[in-house]
Amino acid sequence: MTELLAIRSLSGFYGASQVLHDVSFSVRRGEQVALLGRNGMGKTTLMKSIIGLLGDRRGGITINKLDMINAKPEAIAQAGVAYVPEGRGVFGSLNVVENLVMAARAGADGRRDWTLDRVFEVFPRLHQRRGNGGHQLSGGEQQMLSIGRALMTNPDLILIDEATEGLAPLVAQEIWRTLGVIRDEGIATIVVDKDLRSLSKIVDRTVLLSKGQIVFEGAPSELLAQPLLLEKHLGV
Amino acid sequence: MKASSQSWIVAIALAVAIALPLVAPTYYVQFASKALLMGLLAVALNLVVGFGGMVSLCHAALFGLAGYSLAFLTPEGEGASIWLSLPAAVLVSSFAALVIGALSLRTKGIYFIMVTLAFGEMLFYLLHDTKIGGGSDGLYIYLKPEFGFGGAALDLERASTFYFVVLVCLVLGVALVSMLVRSPFGHALVAARDNERRARSLGFPVYRIRLTAFVISGALAGVAGYFSAAQFGFVAPQLLGWHLSATVLVMVVLGGMTSVLGPLAGALAIIGLEEVLKSNFEYWKLIYGLIVMAMVFVLPGGLQQLASMVLGAKPASEDDAVERDMTAPHDDAATDRLRPELLRSEAKAHV
Repeated sequence: MTELLAIRSLSGFYGASQVLHDVSFSVRRGEQVALLGRNGMGKTTLMKSIIGLLGDRRGGITINKLDMINAKPEAIAQAGVAYVPEGRGVFGSLNVVENLVMAARAGADGRRDWTLDRVFEVFPRLHQRRGNGGHQLSGGEQQMLSIGRALMTNPDLILIDEATEGLAPLVAQEIWRTLGVIRDEGIATIVVDKDLRSLSKIVDRTVLLSKGQIVFEGAPSELLAQPLLLEKHLGV
Repeated sequence: MKASSQSWIVAIALAVAIALPLVAPTYYVQFASKALLMGLLAVALNLVVGFGGMVSLCHAALFGLAGYSLAFLTPEGEGASIWLSLPAAVLVSSFAALVIGALSLRTKGIYFIMVTLAFGEMLFYLLHDTKIGGGSDGLYIYLKPEFGFGGAALDLERASTFYFVVLVCLVLGVALVSMLVRSPFGHALVAARDNERRARSLGFPVYRIRLTAFVISGALAGVAGYFSAAQFGFVAPQLLGWHLSATVLVMVVLGGMTSVLGPLAGALAIIGLEEVLKSNFEYWKLIYGLIVMAMVFVLPGGLQQLASMVLGAKPASEDDAVERDMTAPHDDAATDRLRPELLRSEAKAHV
C-alpha cells in the first residue's frame, strides 16, 4: 500500500502553549488507524492539524505527496481528506438531503463512488429521515449524517473524532458496522474513540498519544498485550 | 409554513399586485412601486444577512450608486436607454460590492458591520462633500429611461407601466434568490453562516462563496436603486446613507430572515406603516419606533412567524427544531438510551 498521509515532526500550538510535540506517523491507502489517549492528550488537536483547522502548526504534513502544512482546510478537504468532528457537526438549518448533497463532489482522483443513493443504502435510517432538519435528528442519526456527508466527498482519508461518544450501544454498533463498510471500500480512516475493544476489531494500527507525543505505535494486538501501558495511558 | 399554504399566499399576493394598477389611483400605484423597490432591496440584503449571516450596513450605498449611475448616464433632454443604463448601473453596484466585499469579508461579526458601515459612509461623503454628484443638492433625472424593443416601446412615464416593470424585476429578483438559496451554493452559504470552520473542513471556499453572494446581493440592490432613482427623478447623497441601510435591515428582521419572501413582507409592512402614521400623527416616528419594538418582542421570528401562526403551522426556526428534538420520543441520544431494547442491551453489556 502506498503512503497517503505523512506527518513529520509536527508541532501544534494554541497561542503560546504547545499541544503537539514532534509527532510523526503515516497512514497508507486504505489503512485504518486508531488514535488513542486520555482526554486532553492532543488527539483532536492532531486531527485539526491534519485538516488545517489548527492555525499554528509546524513540521511537515503531506497528503498524496502534496505539502499541506500551510494549506487551508478547504484545500486539504479537496485533496481528499474528510473530517467528522466531535459533536457531529451537522448543519441544523439544512435537512438530511441538503446536508448530504451540499458536500457531494468527485474524489481527488475523479471517483464518484459515493452518491446520495449509496449513502442511503448504507444508512437506511437517514433515508427515512431525509426531510428532517439536522437539529431534528438523534445523536446517532447525526453521527450517521456526518459520516455520510464525509463519504459524499469521495475521500481517500476520513478523520473521525469521537466516533461513538454519547451514543447508545445499539447505535454505536451501527457506527462500528459502518466503519467496517468504509474499511471494505478501501478508504483510509483515522478514528478517535474510547471503545478500545471495538476499535481493535476494525483497525490495522493504533497510535497512542500522551501529552501531545506518540508513546506507542503498533498493531492493536500488540497494544492489548501491554496492560501497564493501557492502564497508564488509557486507564483500562 | 406548509409549502402549499405558502404557494397560495404567493399566488393571491401576485394576483392582487397585478390587479392593483387597474383599480387603484395613480398615487397608490406610485406608492406601491416604491414599496416593491424597497422590497427588492430587502430581499437582496437578506441574501447576505439572513442566509449568509453577514450584517451589511452598506447596501444603501450600492442602491444609491446605481441611482447616481442612471443620473450620470441620462443625456440632457432625453431619457437614457434602459438597455445600456440598467446593465451599466448594475455593473457599478456589483463592482462596488466586489471591492467592499473583498475587503470587508476579511473581517467578521461586529467588525464586518463596522467596515461595511465605513464604506457606505465614505461613499456618502464622497457624493455629499464633492461636486461629483451635485454635492448635497444631488442630481435630477428629468426623463425616465427609454424602454424600447423591436420598434415598440414601454412608456415608463406612465405609473402603471413603471409599476409593472418594477413588479417583473421584483419577481425575477425573488426567483433568483429562491433558486440560489435552494442550490448547493445556497446550502454552502447557509453552512458557512452556521459554522464557518465546519464548512471549510468540508472543502467549501467560504470567502469566495460569501463574496459571490455579496456581489449578487449588490447587483440586486443596484436594480432597486436604478428604478428608485428613475421613479423619483432625483438622486441625493441620502440615498447612500446608513439610515436607509438600517431601515432596510429593520425590514429584513421584521419580515423574517429565514425565508426569501419574509423581507419583502417586512418592507411592505414598514413602508405601509410609515405612510399611515405620517398622514395621521405629528410625532409618527415615536409611534413607529414603539410598534417596531413591540413587533420584535411579540414576533421574534418576524411576519413570517405571524403567517405561520395564522395558518396554524409552526415556524421552522432552529429553536423550534430543538424543541421538537427534545420532545420527540426517538429524537436524541438521551432518549435513544431510554428505549427498552437499548436499555436491555446496555444491561447485558454490563452483566
